[in-house]
Amino acid sequence: MATLILAEQHQGQLKAGTANVVMAARELAQPIELLLIGPGAAAAAEQAAALVGVDRVLVVETAAPCAPESQAELIAGLAGRQPGQLLAEASVQGRSVLPRVAALLDVGMIAEVIGIDSPTVFRRPIYAGNAIARIESLDEVQVLTIRASAFAPAEQGEPPCPIVRLEQALLPTASRVVSEVLSTSARPELGSARVVVSGGRGLGSRENFALVERVADRLGGAVGASRAAVDAGFAGNDLQVGQTGKHVAPDLYVAVGISGAIQHLAGMSGSKIIVAINQDAEAPITQVADYTLVADLFQALPDLERAL
Amino acid sequence: MKVLVAVKRAIDPNIKVRVKTDGSDVELAGVKMALNPFCEIAVEEAIRLKERGIAQEVVVVTVGGSAAQEQLRVALALGADRALLVELPGPLEPLNVAKALTRVVERERPDLVLFGKQAIDQENSQTGQMLAQLAGLPQATCASALSHAAGEWIVEREIDGGRQTVALRSPAVVTCDLRLNEPRYASLPAIMKAKKKPLEMLDGTALGIATKTHTRLLGVQPPIQRSAGIRVQSVDELVSHLKQRAGVL
Repeated sequence: MATLILAEQHQGQLKAGTANVVMAARELAQPIELLLIGPGAAAAAEQAAALVGVDRVLVVETAAPCAPESQAELIAGLAGRQPGQLLAEASVQGRSVLPRVAALLDVGMIAEVIGIDSPTVFRRPIYAGNAIARIESLDEVQVLTIRASAFAPAEQGEPPCPIVRLEQALLPTASRVVSEVLSTSARPELGSARVVVSGGRGLGSRENFALVERVADRLGGAVGASRAAVDAGFAGNDLQVGQTGKHVAPDLYVAVGISGAIQHLAGMSGSKIIVAINQDAEAPITQVADYTLVADLFQALPDLERAL
Repeated sequence: MKVLVAVKRAIDPNIKVRVKTDGSDVELAGVKMALNPFCEIAVEEAIRLKERGIAQEVVVVTVGGSAAQEQLRVALALGADRALLVELPGPLEPLNVAKALTRVVERERPDLVLFGKQAIDQENSQTGQMLAQLAGLPQATCASALSHAAGEWIVEREIDGGRQTVALRSPAVVTCDLRLNEPRYASLPAIMKAKKKPLEMLDGTALGIATKTHTRLLGVQPPIQRSAGIRVQSVDELVSHLKQRAGVL
């Protein structure tokens, strides 16, 4: 038995949520192998090897980005050797690759795991978080995506575990990456940040959205947005918090000008402390907020920035 | 070219589901059902491909019980040309649905298979990718723009941290995200016309689809309910609460 984690990295930088997936894997109490694939995998391996609980890091360094098709073949080859568990973060990439692996292994997949009751029994939210299902896997191999915000990050420790470089020839695929535009931000990753400040339609414009960003920066937090704000072009799609966007559970979540549609609540209601700053005293977000400030956003945000 | 759109019957997105009192599952008896919103986006995209002259035929398919005919008629009213319903007994787990759809892909030989990126009920986000694997096709999930050039599908994807454009050799599987399009409403004449469009029922067992039970639902709980906290009157009061009471600053 072993647990294999498909980890993510970008240009040699390990994705922050990986540490949370390692913590989930530790609950399974089996040796943990962590796999990194793609350009930059070798550089990210050093960071992965220092995570407490990881027993071995497997690296497949490639020149070009690796399509989900070839990743799935490679992972199924490694994970299918013996009964065990295969984990990835429930990110866009994890959700893209792992179902293919499950299909290759002819096993089911359990998505968005937020709790591990036993090596075969898991908890996951369904219906926009309005219900939590307990699900038992009946397969020999469990394929799981982990909601990073539901688990604490594994610590960075020492000494680092062994790093093994695998020489794998990846098969050519019928897909290729044409281009990629990634937002470069010095802010922490939304999914694992300790503080998140999110803006909604109430901000009114992309320019006004900067008020939210400034408060986030004062707090050293990440910036989020409601679907309405993303649709209106105030913020990038990768900042969307909610049922179909990112799921966050920070210590402090500040919702500015966000009414609190059920789909938004599904993405953040696990936050420890929720603050709502809204012009509308009756907005649904006030029903879940620990602190509500009914105020003009364009006064309250600069005031807040100064007070912090 | 032919576009196959796989759709799912799901709870109406405006309805808040409740957990049954015995905790065995959620209450779906008498609850209004609809075409899953992401599947609606997939149907819309297929119709637009036809309107742009890229596709000639749009076939919509679902797997499940006969009640799902209702959602297929909705897709036909939106503009799909014909519909298929694969009747499959037993649990509709993503892998079983994907196996059924693989048979449909073998039969129909589409140039493109469209899915919603997830269903709003079980939120598995798996079936499209599983079908792609079983049918040996390339995939792009979370599409926010789609076009066709020189035998390839060009897909813009919403990924973590930004956007990515991929080119997939045809045939391919694409799952549709929120910002791909805004679905139209079906007109009354279109709804009437849809009643006469072909809807074929296929017996999943007769197609030789070998389903398996991979998971068992042990129970369902309501989430921990949050209650409304306190109203603060000023930014200073808020900050002092966050520092002293909540201890998060």
